[in-house]
Amino acid sequence: MNLSQTVLGVTFQNPTVLASGIWGITASSWRRVAQNGAGGITTKSLWLSEHKGHPNPTIISTEHWTLNAVGVPDAGIEKAREEIGDYMKGPAGGPERIRRVPLIANIIANTVENYGKTAAEIAKLQPDFLEVNISCPNVEDEFGKPFACSAHDASAVTKAVKSVSGKIPVFIKLSPNVDDIGSIAAACVDAGADGFTVINTVGPGMAIDLKSRLPILANKVGGMSGPAIKPIAVRCIADVYRATGGKLPIIGTGGIMTGEDAIEFLLAGATLIGIGTAIGYRGAEVFRLVCEEMAAWGEAEGVQDISKLIGGMHQALSSRSL
Amino acid sequence: MTCGCGNRLPITYRIASVKKETEHVQTFTFAVSLGAKPGQFIMVWLPGSDEIPMSVALDDGKKLQITFFAVGDTTKKLASLKKGDLVGLRGPFGTHYEWKPKQHLALVAGGYGAAPMFFAATEAAKDSCTITAIVGARSKEHLLYLDAFSGLPGTTLSVATDDGSQGHKGYNVDILRDILEAKTLQLRSGSTARAVDQVFACGPEKMLLAVSDLCFQHKVACQLSLERYMKCGYGLCGNCAVDASGMRMCTDGPVVKNDVAREIMEFGKYHRDGLGKKHPL
Repeated sequence: MNLSQTVLGVTFQNPTVLASGIWGITASSWRRVAQNGAGGITTKSLWLSEHKGHPNPTIISTEHWTLNAVGVPDAGIEKAREEIGDYMKGPAGGPERIRRVPLIANIIANTVENYGKTAAEIAKLQPDFLEVNISCPNVEDEFGKPFACSAHDASAVTKAVKSVSGKIPVFIKLSPNVDDIGSIAAACVDAGADGFTVINTVGPGMAIDLKSRLPILANKVGGMSGPAIKPIAVRCIADVYRATGGKLPIIGTGGIMTGEDAIEFLLAGATLIGIGTAIGYRGAEVFRLVCEEMAAWGEAEGVQDISKLIGGMHQALSSRSL
Repeated sequence: MTCGCGNRLPITYRIASVKKETEHVQTFTFAVSLGAKPGQFIMVWLPGSDEIPMSVALDDGKKLQITFFAVGDTTKKLASLKKGDLVGLRGPFGTHYEWKPKQHLALVAGGYGAAPMFFAATEAAKDSCTITAIVGARSKEHLLYLDAFSGLPGTTLSVATDDGSQGHKGYNVDILRDILEAKTLQLRSGSTARAVDQVFACGPEKMLLAVSDLCFQHKVACQLSLERYMKCGYGLCGNCAVDASGMRMCTDGPVVKNDVAREIMEFGKYHRDGLGKKHPL
């Protein structure tokens, strides 16, 4: 099965993309992810100015779920310039040590205006896509409800970013923690969004230490990821695909562990597959493993090209109702 | 799915005993084994506060110990805890020191690096290794684990202090240099003059760099424990990834062989904080 696709003019050798938030701090890390077979990488959320995260414990997990409240730490635009600049020097077809795969720069800000300013600065570094994090559930104490929880706010951020992004496609990263993710996606489309990343972490959730009776995370609550959230991600992808008529690419992320999970995301409507927490369960080689498992599934099912799978569930449903 | 992830939530244990090692250094003992090996680390959680990585000072299958210097906010709070208080432990994580039976190991310990070095010595002694322990500190009152090392079978102890208040005046690396140049080996060990098979080191990074250079020059195998800012401890967050390889020190380290250490571009030069910002050593 052919795994490569060209999405909004950018060629991905395979659909797996490092999801934002983990491993995405340095060019060295990004290259290591690429060496492990990822088709693309997403940076950790980039701020215009330095932003401190939360104290530890920030990441805890069981076999079913991971809770994180890292709190979106970042050193600010200077570091982004250095690391992205370093990474973009690597030729796409160069030696493995420095090979680069498409870079998705994830940005975050505290106000609509600052989203625009951040996007303008990051766009100068010419990443392949911009991904706009309006959905982190770990900084509510600091900033209130995420922008992704309101169609009005999500739309305003999309407009601000689109007004400065030039030709770089803009993906809006949506929250599953809303009543109607489809209507929020539709509002972002009206504001000019080029694609979506679905979903950010679920919850937030909480874990309590029994003896001390205290929450384990220093932030008390944290976004939930890992295998347990996969069904929520699949449903959200399907909702966004339906609400946007399947016209915009979706980076489906949330709980993918295996190639079959990835196929399920494609059938729900994803074009690319974000993998993050799975690194903690299957190691960095998870990108290569998922691709091998997808290809094996495609061979067994006689599917020649990955693009034939995208939105397959919607087609199957509509053919039944005819 | 088997992920070996049973150690990723902290479990709280009561402190079984507290031993004051020096004015600012204490050892906590917990009546639990996490199956840690010398050089591995655990995440130590002070409930309601912070969680920090610490090398395991001992895990003998029945009890676990941590030895820490009350230098930062969290270690100062930890230092105020008493027997019976709760501390969360998560791990063990990372790589560990490795040796073969009957090898001659030179252990270079700087500051509270003495704790994991003593753990390595204890376990290696069980494999009939000959051990030359070289413990260094700023001054006499900061020296750790001297009695413990002295009590181990097959172990010769050398001491260095920056100010000369005990042992050699200067660095522990000076003593290692003498040993590798085989000038004083017989004198200090008092036994055989067999060459050192491996050098283990734990301590400040400048000391590690000096050990690395020395072992490289003398073509002696060496394993070093590199400390980087840790969050998850199990290879997920990427905060401890080093330039330029992107290796994560929580899973590919903290104990690395010298050839690996020497390929780490930032080794001996800089490290990154929790924001990913570089700080020179």
